[in-house]
Amino acid sequence: MTKALQRHVDAPPASVPGATVRGALDAYFAAHPAVRSYVLDEQGGLRKHITVFLNGEQIADRVGMTDPVGEDDEIHVMPALSGG
Amino acid sequence: MADLLVGTRKGLFEIERQGGGYRLGAPSFLAVPVTAVLHDGRDGTTYAGLDHGHYGVKLQRRDAGAGEWEELAAPAYPPQPEGTVDVDPNRRDEVPWTTQMIWSLEAAHPHRPGALWAGTIPGGLFRSSDRGTTWELVRALWDEPSRAQWMGGGFDHPGLHSVCVDPRSAEVVLVGISCGGTWRTEDDGASWTVSTGMRAGFMPPDQAENPVVQDPHRLARCASAPDVVWCQHHSGVFRSTDGGATFSEITDIEPSTFGFGVAAHPHDPDTAWLAPAIADEARVPVDGRLVVTRTRDGGESWEALGRGLPDRDAYHLVYRHALDVDANGERLALASTTGSLWVSEDAGESWARVSADLPPIACVRWRS
Repeated sequence: MTKALQRHVDAPPASVPGATVRGALDAYFAAHPAVRSYVLDEQGGLRKHITVFLNGEQIADRVGMTDPVGEDDEIHVMPALSGG
Repeated sequence: MADLLVGTRKGLFEIERQGGGYRLGAPSFLAVPVTAVLHDGRDGTTYAGLDHGHYGVKLQRRDAGAGEWEELAAPAYPPQPEGTVDVDPNRRDEVPWTTQMIWSLEAAHPHRPGALWAGTIPGGLFRSSDRGTTWELVRALWDEPSRAQWMGGGFDHPGLHSVCVDPRSAEVVLVGISCGGTWRTEDDGASWTVSTGMRAGFMPPDQAENPVVQDPHRLARCASAPDVVWCQHHSGVFRSTDGGATFSEITDIEPSTFGFGVAAHPHDPDTAWLAPAIADEARVPVDGRLVVTRTRDGGESWEALGRGLPDRDAYHLVYRHALDVDANGERLALASTTGSLWVSEDAGESWARVSADLPPIACVRWRS
């Protein structure tokens, strides 16, 4: 999870199971429920200005987050650059 | 303890009366936009609605006497029923069933301790009975068929910015929506009736009086005479003497009838204050002179009060929640998008600048 988020909520790095990005994020949020609303809206959608990287590449499916995840893959949740 | 809460684009500031002036305390939520603040006089709790931008809308609560804030679950919309269509009438894009902003926070009736109201963008009204721990969307208003005509004003989607509880009855509440009109319930939110009498200059002539597309920028109710409600509207100034059922326009206010904020005297139904700007298309003070206008005769006549406010080269804009009067009707706070904060202790006759160096200010609120 992005360092910028740490200011607002405890969001430590973690190893989690999951066959897709969505599955891995759900597993992360199960362990760290306070982080969920910072990344997803109340309908479960990825917040507009959040970007998810899988092994350094932006994920292809921002809606369903179905990008497949392997055992040692790395997911980074980052803020998009915006605002003033 | 803070006398005044100031919500800004970059955090919450608390102002305390000290010695002969006001002192700015250390900020909370530094660098995070604060969109709504409330001090609940019933139990001393302070609430703040935050817009984290990237990370969504959050709600924070601080108990009376406590130093720490506690994050609560923000008001959240239910899932949109499958197969339903919910689009903005102008842009034809989808209205999100997600909280885009907490735009107002209000204590409910004194007989309901811990009960709160929250107004949001995209237009939903929420209620809590447990000091903001849990929230429920008021479905009767959200499901109102005319919501299909509501539209965004300054923001992309409609926003509910004013909640006026009737001190005589917990079940009677008036709300203002930009741009969805002014709505009144007499049965605790089970059913709603739109107010009439407003006029929208931004609509074609045959739609100008359509009550469900009005843009009441802000509503303010007289606590001791709650049938009197003042409205600073996008297209002028209106007043109701029947609890918000009908409004009548007040014209001939110098220097302008355009503005966002309005404050109602808590005990004198004939007294109210406005913070005028030139017009919709020029949102700065008239002639570069910042004034507050005040009536003390129910809107028949108005005076422009500027002692202590900049009288030249001033380009401040006062947002709808940035003009507030205290529970006695004596102290006023006025704040601008250019980061200035003024206080008056004589009902607006004279003003003193507390700071000129704050971030853009969204809302000010006296401790109740």
